[in-house]
Amino acid sequence: MNSGGKRKSGSLNEGSHDIEEGPSLLTSHIATSDADSEASDESEIEGSESDESSSQDEENVESDSSDDSDSDDDSDNDAGYDSASVEKDKSAADADKAESSVNSKDEYEYDSSDEEDVRNTIGNIPVNWYDNYDHIGYDVEGNKLIKPKQGDALDEFLEKVDDPNYWRTVRNKLTGQKVVLSDEDLNQIQRIQSSTHPGGSDDLYAPWVDFFSNEVMEMPVTGRPPDKRSFIPSKWEKQRVGQMVHALKMGWMKPRGEIRKAKLSRDPNAPSLDLWKDDAEPEITKRYRMHIPAPKEPLPGHAESYNPPEEYLFDEEEEAKWDGQEPEERRMDFKPEKFSSYRAVPKYEKFINERFHRLLDLYMAARQRKMKMNVNPEDLIPKRPDKKDLQPYPTREGMIYKGHKDMVRTISPDPSGQWLASGSDDATVKVWEIATGRCMKTIPMASKVTCVAWNPNPSVNLLAATVDSDVVLINPQVGDKLVCSNTDSTLESYVESASSSEHKSPVSWSTVSDADHKKGVRLKIEHQQEITHFTWHAKGDYFATVQKGSKGQSVLIHQLSRRQTQAPFSKPKGLVQRVMFHPVHPYFFVATQQHIRIYNLVKQELHKKLQANCKYISSIDIHPGGDNIIIGSYDSRLCWFDLDLSTKPYQTLKYHKKALRQVAYHKHYPLFASASDDGSIIVSHGKVYTDQLLNPLIVTVKILRGHKTTNHLSVLDCKFHPTQPWIFSSGADSTIRLFV
Amino acid sequence: MGGTKKKKFERGSATAFVSRNKALKKLQLSLGDFRALCIFKGIYPVEPLHKKKVNKGSTAVKTFYNLKDIQFLAHDNLIIKFREKKHYLRRLKKAVAKKNRFAESIIRDNKPVYSLKHVMKERYPTFTDALRDLDDCLNLCFVFATFPHSQRIKVDLVQLCRKRTVEFQHYVIAAKALRKVFVSIKGIYYQADIKGETITWVVSHKRGYEHPQDVDYKIMETFAEYNSVLLGHINIKLYSDSHLVYPPQLTEHVSHDSAHCLEGDSIDEHLASLAPQIRSTGEHPDDIEDDPEVDAMNAVNVDDPEYIEKSKLEAATVSRLQNLFKGCKFYLNREVPREELTFVIRCCGGEASWDSSLGMGATYCDSDDGITHHIIDRPTVSNQRLDRTYIQPQWVFDCINARILLPPQEYFPGIPCPPHLSPFVEEREGEYVPEEKVKFLKRMRGEAEEEEEESERDEDEDSEDEDAEETEQPKAGNKRKRNSREDSEAPEKKAVKMAVSEGSIEKVDKQKALARQEAEERRLGEMMIPKKHKRLYHKIMISRKKSSQETRKLVEKKEKLKATKKKSKLRKEKV
Repeated sequence: MNSGGKRKSGSLNEGSHDIEEGPSLLTSHIATSDADSEASDESEIEGSESDESSSQDEENVESDSSDDSDSDDDSDNDAGYDSASVEKDKSAADADKAESSVNSKDEYEYDSSDEEDVRNTIGNIPVNWYDNYDHIGYDVEGNKLIKPKQGDALDEFLEKVDDPNYWRTVRNKLTGQKVVLSDEDLNQIQRIQSSTHPGGSDDLYAPWVDFFSNEVMEMPVTGRPPDKRSFIPSKWEKQRVGQMVHALKMGWMKPRGEIRKAKLSRDPNAPSLDLWKDDAEPEITKRYRMHIPAPKEPLPGHAESYNPPEEYLFDEEEEAKWDGQEPEERRMDFKPEKFSSYRAVPKYEKFINERFHRLLDLYMAARQRKMKMNVNPEDLIPKRPDKKDLQPYPTREGMIYKGHKDMVRTISPDPSGQWLASGSDDATVKVWEIATGRCMKTIPMASKVTCVAWNPNPSVNLLAATVDSDVVLINPQVGDKLVCSNTDSTLESYVESASSSEHKSPVSWSTVSDADHKKGVRLKIEHQQEITHFTWHAKGDYFATVQKGSKGQSVLIHQLSRRQTQAPFSKPKGLVQRVMFHPVHPYFFVATQQHIRIYNLVKQELHKKLQANCKYISSIDIHPGGDNIIIGSYDSRLCWFDLDLSTKPYQTLKYHKKALRQVAYHKHYPLFASASDDGSIIVSHGKVYTDQLLNPLIVTVKILRGHKTTNHLSVLDCKFHPTQPWIFSSGADSTIRLFV
Repeated sequence: MGGTKKKKFERGSATAFVSRNKALKKLQLSLGDFRALCIFKGIYPVEPLHKKKVNKGSTAVKTFYNLKDIQFLAHDNLIIKFREKKHYLRRLKKAVAKKNRFAESIIRDNKPVYSLKHVMKERYPTFTDALRDLDDCLNLCFVFATFPHSQRIKVDLVQLCRKRTVEFQHYVIAAKALRKVFVSIKGIYYQADIKGETITWVVSHKRGYEHPQDVDYKIMETFAEYNSVLLGHINIKLYSDSHLVYPPQLTEHVSHDSAHCLEGDSIDEHLASLAPQIRSTGEHPDDIEDDPEVDAMNAVNVDDPEYIEKSKLEAATVSRLQNLFKGCKFYLNREVPREELTFVIRCCGGEASWDSSLGMGATYCDSDDGITHHIIDRPTVSNQRLDRTYIQPQWVFDCINARILLPPQEYFPGIPCPPHLSPFVEEREGEYVPEEKVKFLKRMRGEAEEEEEESERDEDEDSEDEDAEETEQPKAGNKRKRNSREDSEAPEKKAVKMAVSEGSIEKVDKQKALARQEAEERRLGEMMIPKKHKRLYHKIMISRKKSSQETRKLVEKKEKLKATKKKSKLRKEKV
């Protein structure tokens, strides 16, 4: 638009003031014209203005309305915006007759966008400062501009009546002259008021003319002359060239071909021969020696072939198994397949994955140096002495003693080796002849028999049995009659001494009734609690019992000849399982659950404490030599202690699968045996050398089986024959067996 | 008491190891860079002997490295190079984002490169050490050589791997180092003897590429980068040791064939076909021909005459293998894999060619009169010629493994080949040996096949006899049981009647009794194994049991197959 430049100049003239006051100024004009045209009421004009316009504008309007617009030269626009639009429109519109007189004095004749309004030089100050003067400002030369003659109210009124253009006359506030608005101006004001296009263009939706299209035009769209910069060399290009020169100098930049060549020649990883020279001595570092090479991948077997022997192919069962397994569990990571020809072999789908996993293993799997032993398992089995050197030992079942009706808990052979006593849950004690298997005597008891033990003294024929809380001494009256009668007489010859009665005994010794006497029972020792264990001293005068539960008196030592009882321990050290007398020395062994304490009975002090590496001791036996003991435990272990060696087991054998019930040494032969709930009796050769430097030799020699398992119980007791290499065992199947 | 209190985990094994996270922190590397560094330098995690001590009392699963290893890494130049690379990437990214092409091109041209030579020197002080690591190296390079050009993997690397593997194969051909081949369902296994080291590698069947799942290409690429460099160094050493020109050059000038490749790749493609010979440097010292006796004398155990004899025999078979196909001219039919067969044939002194329209490197055509063997992998042959033997590819592989020329009758086209057995398996005692292998070994020992058949017949009879015995045995067992029952009942009867009944003589199987006794002895012995060795013993026994079970299963399957075959035969005869 051509008017752009002028509009710009106008706004420059007005300055910031114009920007602020522009809209309000415009409204003031409009309001004035409206008011004049309709009612020409002064008060109304003021009222309409008062809310918006500033006081300065108000005055202008007032003065305008009273002013005359006669002078042509002085008349000029007051606001750039108005003048611009007005002038433009003027050229386009045809003039009215009445208006032509107005137009003839063109107030915009001299108007340049560049120049200031030079008619009044006061600048942008309130005009009312000159109210009290005759002049309204100064011209360029500094002469006063005399205010045009102001008519009074009468003149005003006359003008209003006479002048047909009065209603369209406004006053220029700078010059004080009157300006008559042309028709075009009025139209424009009206258009603005009605919010339509101020220019009043007829067609708002005229077709778009694309000036800057791809179509080449004959004439340039703009007549802009070329820039200066298009004639002088570019600064930026110069800088870029400078950069390039620098880059070339520094060697960062090179021509393309050269770069390629350089790259190839520069390749630091190109194969070279100087890596491994034949004559160079390799540097063997510690790092190199400590290196653990990754294990090589296993080589493929026949099954992996594309054409394997048919037996390597999976049958249905194997295939189902392979399909059901997780990939880690599978024996092979592939399914063997047979193809008719090499051409038919398909791609192996997991090939890349397998290679990838190998790589992962190479850098991620933790390595460890492992000593791989090439062991022949036969070498791990210790060398066994010749069988002949170990003999004799029981090898087979020789005899079954039947007769008990319930499980046989306990057995005991007599010291001569002729008789065998047994106690059972059917509340009987039976005496058998070993050689024939004949039951010689059956002695009924009050309750279950927990322990039977033959007096080790061969000159006495006495059998002890424990029934509930009683110890019963029986003369079974088998064997030599003389010995039997001797036994009776010695028992009867006892005279109660005064001193003994003074002591308050924890048990009561009593003779038995005639009926019992006939059966063979001679003495009865009543305890307070149930008796769990009974043992004789080697000489046969003393014996010890273990009671259940009674705290201080769980272990009692009795003397048969004086019929006295004493409780050696005031305080129990745990739950006593077994007690035993040393065969030679005055030592007393007390086995609690995990320990074995050895007391010196003469000095009355603790001699030794053995640590059994097991949870629950079930049985104990002492080697006839007295320096070695074995213990059996419910956690299926057998421990051999060498008392000279250590307080810890010399050897722990765990060859039974279930709890051990009994362990036993042979009196003369180097044998010991263990009976277990798994139904077996394992006989071992356990030789103790007299030479202190040699450790005992322990070799298992025989597994004996025969007893049936009932209610998880099988073999309950085992005892060696006192003279022969035979072993007796009693079991839960109510039989006693002899292995010879 | 003076002195400071000893603190736990401040000495000993707790300080000799570091966890991976700590190592990362110490080296100030990202996990990816650390991984690449470990791969290059051959650093691997270790399993401490006392994990709890090392882990400061905790039993959590953790990866541990030797502290010394990490310190060793910290001094390597590669770390600096990795940092440079990081900076390079950062600068490049910036330039690309700003669309500053000039800066980008400069940055790209100055991409930092690092050398792995010093790493090779450290990891393999001697050439033998490098050869020991060649297995994995070759496996990976052969995998990479088959990769297609894709965005995942750099084309340069693929081409480099291809080049290196071709170079290596040419060396194996020139040195005639191939010893065993095995076509498995996974791929083809080759075993070569290079400077006394046995090297085995596997090449997948060329059946198109399929992008595998869950594979981290970054790791593979790092390994491939390292291995291609290693293989290059090894190749040049091998070439120079056997007086060959490196990089390999063709002995004859070849004309360019525009149908198969661009002009620039012509020589490479010819080399890759493995058919032409490569040029040697011309030096041929006479002492290269190794004398088996001298070799044997140089061996470690000179005093052992058996060993010497064995090594002599081995040397003889090897030389036989190296000249196995000497004078044979093979023609490969269209469907036969060219590269694999050319490689193995040329390794054994043969010649191979194919139709020139199939690929480059063909030296003679189908109509050549000198062709002795025509390898074909389809059931029927058209235009059969009388002057050549038509065989299936398996014949070549089986011949190499057997180290003799096998009779081709069993390998004629259209006939199902005999099973292809793995040459890597050496059966130990008690393990299953396939029937075919037994036959072959017998034949090698010079026994006539007829005898075998006879013995087979005998075996059959024997088995029948055994069957008869087996049927008898249960009867005997029943009898025995009955006897024992009588025994147990006898005493009760006696108690009632007091009569003596006639007893029967108890038959005692002496052998069984002996076996039982032996078993018991063994069990007693096992009881006495000290605790220290007990677990080891049981482990060995379990593995033995497993292998014997497998053997038994294979034998059973074989029997079954035989039985069904017999039946079908009989049925056919009847029909």
